[in-house]
Amino acid sequence: MSAVLKPKTKFIVCDGNEAAAWAVAAAHVDMVAVYPITPQSSLVENLAKFIADGRITAELVDVEGEHSVLSVLHGACLAGARTYTASCGPGLAFMFEPYLRTPGMRLPIVMSIVTRDTLSPQTVWGGQQDAMSVRDVGWIHMYCESVQEVLDTTIMAYKVAEHRDVMLPVNVNHDGNYLSFGAARVELPDQHEVSAFLGEKNINWHAALDPQRPMAVDPLTGGAGGAGPSMFVRYRKGQCRGLQNALSVIEDVHEEWGRRFGRYHAPLIERYRMDGADYAIMTIGSMTGAAKDAVDAARDRGARVGLIKVKTFRPFPARAVAAALDNVQAVGVVDRSVSFGWNCGPMFQDTIGALNILPRRLPAMSFIGGLAGADLTVEHFERVIERTARLARDATPEATVWLNEAD
Amino acid sequence: MKRQSYEAFDQAAVPNDLCPIATKLNPMLPGDWRSMRPIVNRAKCVKCAVCWLYCPVQCVVERPAWFDFDLRTCKGCGICATECPQRAIVMVAEGA
Repeated sequence: MSAVLKPKTKFIVCDGNEAAAWAVAAAHVDMVAVYPITPQSSLVENLAKFIADGRITAELVDVEGEHSVLSVLHGACLAGARTYTASCGPGLAFMFEPYLRTPGMRLPIVMSIVTRDTLSPQTVWGGQQDAMSVRDVGWIHMYCESVQEVLDTTIMAYKVAEHRDVMLPVNVNHDGNYLSFGAARVELPDQHEVSAFLGEKNINWHAALDPQRPMAVDPLTGGAGGAGPSMFVRYRKGQCRGLQNALSVIEDVHEEWGRRFGRYHAPLIERYRMDGADYAIMTIGSMTGAAKDAVDAARDRGARVGLIKVKTFRPFPARAVAAALDNVQAVGVVDRSVSFGWNCGPMFQDTIGALNILPRRLPAMSFIGGLAGADLTVEHFERVIERTARLARDATPEATVWLNEAD
Repeated sequence: MKRQSYEAFDQAAVPNDLCPIATKLNPMLPGDWRSMRPIVNRAKCVKCAVCWLYCPVQCVVERPAWFDFDLRTCKGCGICATECPQRAIVMVAEGA
């Protein structure tokens, strides 16, 4: 019989930013490069404190900006280090050039995005626009619902990133304000168990800054002629394959985490009260708590509504989403960001893409809320549920609904 | 001098669709895609070395009585021709 509660398990009360720092400590990271930015700052302050106190042996590099943050980690990774950083909003934008390069170089860097809405007008508040704006660059994106999930997922992210069939960077995203500063009781996993879970480090087996293995990393391709273009396609397809491999690796890693630590988080999507549901709403991130409460209340009133929470947004679990929606008559998708150009939420856009797998047309509507720190309450989700119920009856979708428009 | 020897990197150990790596550097040089090349008028050149100072790829090479260019690495930017106080350098189209 395996004991779920380990003798060395400790419970603390902390917010999502501190929980991420505890995870980095437990993962035995070698190199941390950071630049503080709201609402991520307390995360890196906690990390700096852990390092100053000798709790982590990692080196901390204070650099002059986020472009250098990620460039430092590229070098560290190629030298064999396990690496970590955190950013958001304008910091993430400043990081964009090395951010683009990271997945192609197959560097298993883990970075928290403490999601923040983007300018303009000026905002320092939560919203997932920053992370959503970089969704198609090649990083893996996982969104957390709770403080405990932030801690657990940040550790799991290393096992996913460093898996030989994946070798890609991972963004662990938690909502600015709501998860970054929301405190909850969390369980700190036993250190020996975490070390056993992550196994031996071998970060730079494929590409290295190593005088014993001389190689040119990221050489210039040959332009329009010669072997260049076909070589480029080979690497691009390899990157796509790594991302698709990540789907099953993420499931396996979550399963092993559950076995070792007793906490089973839904790896790709969570189906909540979907049994016998006539229609469904979809959520992502911390909004899911209020949405589940609203679904519970609606179920108590006899409404046949279920909920699907997306945890892994890239690679998008299209088959899992389509399968979960196979038996419903309508879906309402709630995004905390905007897909400019489509005039709807990005998760809505991906969902109707995934629905092409189904042989029938499923009525769907986009809801956008929680921008720039706005709260998404049970009342907002009651409106989503009510509107989606009507969609299931009349199959007549309307344009995007902006949930906080009349708040 | 003792020659350094390294164990060659075993490319077979890494899938060929993973990180772009090469065991030899790409042989492509700026001279392979240059569209203009500098020509020095030896009679005008006074060896002041302004071109040598300004050349961004450091392809200026010294001759007994004038400065010349290593056309393998010259990318044809023309900064030398613009900066030369003697107007001793002109840019001509490749293939012209």
